[in-house]
Amino acid sequence: MSLTEQKASDKLGIFVRNQSIVVPIAAILVAFVLGGILIFLQGVNPLVAYKAIFSEAWFDSDGLLRTFQKTTPLVLAGLAVTVGLRVGLFNIGAQGQLISAALASALAGIYITNLSPILHVIVSLFCGVIVGALWAGIAGVLKAYRGVHEVISTIMLNSIAIGILDYLVSNPFKEPDQSLQRTKKIAETAVLPNIGVIPFGFILALIICLLVSWMLNKTTAGFRFNTVGKNKFAATYAGINMKLMVVTGMLLSGGLAGLGGAIETLGITYRFEPAFNAGLGFDGITIALLARANPLATIPAAILVGTLRAGGASLQFETGIEPEIVDVLLAITLLLVSAPILAKYLFRGKAQKSANVTSGWGN
Amino acid sequence: MLDFIKDNRKPVITLGLVTVIAYVFYFLDEIKTTSVLVFGWGYAVPLVLAAMVGIIGERTGVVNIGIEGQMLMSAFASFFGSVITGNIYVGMLIGIAAGLIMGGFLAVAAVKWEMDQIIAGVVINIVAAGLTSFFYAPGKTLPQLVPVVSIPILSDIPLIGPVFFRNGIFALATLFIVLAVNFAIFKTRWGLRSRSVGEYPSAADAAGINVTRIRMINVTLAGALAGCAGAFLALEAAGTFARGLTAGRGFLALAIMIFGAWNPMGALAAALFFGLSTALASQLQADEVINIPQQFVNLLPFVMTLIVLSVAVGRVRPPAAAGQPYTKEG
Repeated sequence: MSLTEQKASDKLGIFVRNQSIVVPIAAILVAFVLGGILIFLQGVNPLVAYKAIFSEAWFDSDGLLRTFQKTTPLVLAGLAVTVGLRVGLFNIGAQGQLISAALASALAGIYITNLSPILHVIVSLFCGVIVGALWAGIAGVLKAYRGVHEVISTIMLNSIAIGILDYLVSNPFKEPDQSLQRTKKIAETAVLPNIGVIPFGFILALIICLLVSWMLNKTTAGFRFNTVGKNKFAATYAGINMKLMVVTGMLLSGGLAGLGGAIETLGITYRFEPAFNAGLGFDGITIALLARANPLATIPAAILVGTLRAGGASLQFETGIEPEIVDVLLAITLLLVSAPILAKYLFRGKAQKSANVTSGWGN
Repeated sequence: MLDFIKDNRKPVITLGLVTVIAYVFYFLDEIKTTSVLVFGWGYAVPLVLAAMVGIIGERTGVVNIGIEGQMLMSAFASFFGSVITGNIYVGMLIGIAAGLIMGGFLAVAAVKWEMDQIIAGVVINIVAAGLTSFFYAPGKTLPQLVPVVSIPILSDIPLIGPVFFRNGIFALATLFIVLAVNFAIFKTRWGLRSRSVGEYPSAADAAGINVTRIRMINVTLAGALAGCAGAFLALEAAGTFARGLTAGRGFLALAIMIFGAWNPMGALAAALFFGLSTALASQLQADEVINIPQQFVNLLPFVMTLIVLSVAVGRVRPPAAAGQPYTKEG
């Protein structure tokens, strides 16, 4: 290596060392450029379109509140997928866990009465967390004791949850005298308030992020999780109970997704309606992979996705571009952060390997 | 023929039993039995085709979780290909081409880049859902319907004829595709090589087989079958395209693949089992024999998948190297 090359690589060293930040940012930029081309092809100036998204989402107090509201469940959905990835489980069923929890906490908020406000909120949140955890726990038990791969079981559980909830909100728990299929509003005592433009749930989500990060990095339980996720054989050899880890991993992941659904019901939508939380769990996958399975990084990743989701509606209003452009932007970003294309192009031989969670069908 | 039965004892017995039971019902109620079987086979066709995609991939050592997205993209391409060109046959080819491209994409990601295969598949699904929902334009109709073709003689057999041999092109081709894949995997040189790569890639490599190349080719070509499944769904089954048209069929197909023990004939029997149970449940619901909410009837295939998997996994053995990227030494 000649001296000039040496200097160049020293200068670039900071980028090489921080690949886990550089690559996602580069991915987002490339996605916005490609998305901009699509928007341009529809006859709209991309800069106007992106300005519509961000000015609505960040520089308008209603819009800012909506951005935080969209971001709150996304932080937790991303965290749910992240925790799973760290134990070597790919929980693509955050969606099902989140919506069943959303209904559970709505029911607790509606039908449990005579509780003081703070207690009612806590009880309702708790109901959501438990239901989310148990729904994911089914996949955990099936994986640990029957060897059913969690990717298939959680996607099946998503469809099953959608069907059951559809039945529940169109029959036993349907709001009377209402053509929409949705539950009644929750009681005043179960409402999670907003603090200015910041929903209380958002603060709660941030605290949970810190807790999960601390748990994964500083505790014995977290060390066990990481060992299992990095090398199953070493974990077994070290005497870690794999079956137990798989089940707890799924319970924890589902509980986090459930908390996301519960907070959304109690602090944002105040009732359960199936259309409210469509797609949140899948955005959680994008967020977790964008954050490279780092719990703290899920916060900025979720804010980005939440911004796009919140601004998507005004995009259609102002430019006529379908809000599904956001799906395309996120899909391209996801593709670029998960495939090693960008990392290889930017860093050649120094590229780090991306996440790895594959486990076979039978073990 | 005898060899074939010996090699596929379980599937052949299952299919034989189903046939006998079907004929018993046929003599009791001709119209209803025929309609249940037609519905059941129609439900099974995309599952069988998609299961073939999974089998070819895994027999060569590549797990394909992206079948769902490959099908969705092909369904989209075949439908809008037909609408734009005004010709459904061109649309079919466009759908198959889209399947090939999606297959090629998984091949590059999983084999060449050695990406985690499960993540690569899930990414394919999310990308396909995003692209198809953005470019989706409502209110379009097919320029013509897929013609129903009757195979002479075979289509005159009572019950079996109208169910299997009087159909659109893809539904007709499916039976032959399954037989062809079965033959190719177990009786040809290509099949032997593919299986050795899926079981023990380093041994195959030592024997002079190019592991990377055969995996790239197989995963890409299997994409064409996902293309057929997608084109069938959009052009023959639904006659239209809607966002999320595939509705989890790519994942059901993986369950069917496992239930059928990575064996094409087994997957065919498993898919028929899924199709017929769903058809039977719908018919019983329509006749008001059973009275469960429609939402629960629709859930049947998903619940069955969980049950079937928890029973089947562990009894059947996946190809040993499925899911493991192969890096050539030295």
